Amino acid sequence: MATQASRSAARLMVSPSVILLFIWMAVPLGMVIYYSFRRYRLLNPERAGWNGWSNYSSFVFSPDFGGALVNTLILVLGVLIITVVLGILIALLIDQPIWGQGPVRILVISPFFIMPPVSALVWKNMFFNPSNGLFGELFKYLGMRPFDFLGQAPLGSIVTIVAWEWLPFATLILLTALQSLDSEQLEAAEMDGAPVLKRFWYIILPHMSRSITVVILIQTIFLLGIFGEILVTTAGGPGTASTTLPFLIFKEALLDFDVGTAAAGGVVAVILANIVAIFLMKAIGKNLD
Amino acid sequence: MARAVTPARKSINTAAAWTVALIIFFPILWTILTSFKPEPVAVASPPVFLNFDWSFENYETVIQQRGYGQFFWNSMVIAFGSTILGMIIAIPSAWAMAFVHGKRTKDLLMWMLSTKMMPAAGVLVPIYLIAVYFKILDTRFLLTIVLMLMNLPIIIWMLYTYFREIPVDILEAARMDGASLTNEILYVLTPMAVPGIASTLLLNVILAWNESFWTLNLTAFNAAPLTKFIAGFSSPQGLFYAKLSAASVMAFLPIMILGWFSQKQLVRGLTFGAVK
Repeated sequence: MATQASRSAARLMVSPSVILLFIWMAVPLGMVIYYSFRRYRLLNPERAGWNGWSNYSSFVFSPDFGGALVNTLILVLGVLIITVVLGILIALLIDQPIWGQGPVRILVISPFFIMPPVSALVWKNMFFNPSNGLFGELFKYLGMRPFDFLGQAPLGSIVTIVAWEWLPFATLILLTALQSLDSEQLEAAEMDGAPVLKRFWYIILPHMSRSITVVILIQTIFLLGIFGEILVTTAGGPGTASTTLPFLIFKEALLDFDVGTAAAGGVVAVILANIVAIFLMKAIGKNLD
Repeated sequence: MARAVTPARKSINTAAAWTVALIIFFPILWTILTSFKPEPVAVASPPVFLNFDWSFENYETVIQQRGYGQFFWNSMVIAFGSTILGMIIAIPSAWAMAFVHGKRTKDLLMWMLSTKMMPAAGVLVPIYLIAVYFKILDTRFLLTIVLMLMNLPIIIWMLYTYFREIPVDILEAARMDGASLTNEILYVLTPMAVPGIASTLLLNVILAWNESFWTLNLTAFNAAPLTKFIAGFSSPQGLFYAKLSAASVMAFLPIMILGWFSQKQLVRGLTFGAVK
């Protein structure tokens, strides 16, 4: 049905999106590359000029960069491991014949809809706070000294908050995958006397593998940009103990007003994200048709 | 996978599933409970669960003294504005790609998705400078445009996967029966496209409502939505747990209820159609 006329009409209908997205991508990218080679501080803009690679070297060789990179990795990997492992277990549990599967699903999915500043502040104050938080109370009840979670283990605490936010997503997707599994295959295996673990390893897990890949890749994209949770809990501290790459760029740009260095950091972030993106595009592209 | 199990087994599974679900939901439940407590009770040791004087006092305080209304209005304008604007741009595009499926459609879709991979922190500096240059920093206009562009690839993808499922044969059958183009669109296509459009709208309103990189960095007061309002509680200020809770509940409750209705679409939308 695709005639010449309908093809040109289609092109006309697609072009607004293409043009907008192209501008949205190209203009900021061009600017960020431009500024990454410029000396430009918002506080004394008159001393502007070309700066060679020194923005890059001052960003990459600053003592904070290595730490921020490691923190970003710990945050992303920590949350991925927790959400995927727990997500599989919870999905298997909910998929069993139970009473009230609908309400259980609703309770489990709920944290996903809470905006990041809310979940971060609720956890920070009402759970992690050593003197008034519920965990502090629990420790006191058990006869232990209250533990200052965000002070002593800032990154671990942030991983906990973010994992709580993303566990529903992983669970829901893995549950959807599980429910599309053909039960006859499982029943046949059960009749043949295959033990539970073997059934899980040889039938269920391979069936879920594609969904697990999708969960990992999509979460990675979002987790690389985690920002609000850090801003309202630790603000990257104590010191730089919970500063990640996006937060470091934010600090350079909007706290230190150093546009050049922040732009160099931005280019580094874009390059790192693209490495991840290549894998994501391949995985999703395969599932497109 | 509905399999027959003994009632005893089913009871154990039910108990286990409900326990896990309640643990996951507990922080939300605790926030809701705390929002009805007087401030001293909110920090009482040992914690008080249900046995206190329930009141709406915190809600009144938050609405009257903290100016909740303006933040809520900003959130509404930004979330719905960006989504509806995105839909207006995306529907023709997704429609064309779904029904006039060319060789390069797939590449085009992948390219659109790739713009989503750009880390927000990476382009914070240019967007900030552009906003300063045009004097639109801290305006709802800026946030609406930025969030629209951010979610446009997701909107197009979701619509595309829905539109692809509309059977083309029906169109041809309608045409054979002598339906005019207007009738075709009005009576055949629209009814089939509406569910997809509605769930795309819903999911993207949720995403825009909760977005908290651009909303925190590009607003100060005038255009500040609820994310910024809540972030304002991040420095301790005397007894504030109950007020924080009331503010939080008002920020998440409307969108959480919307979310409950969209969980099926959520899977599809956020995995770009890869998991259904």
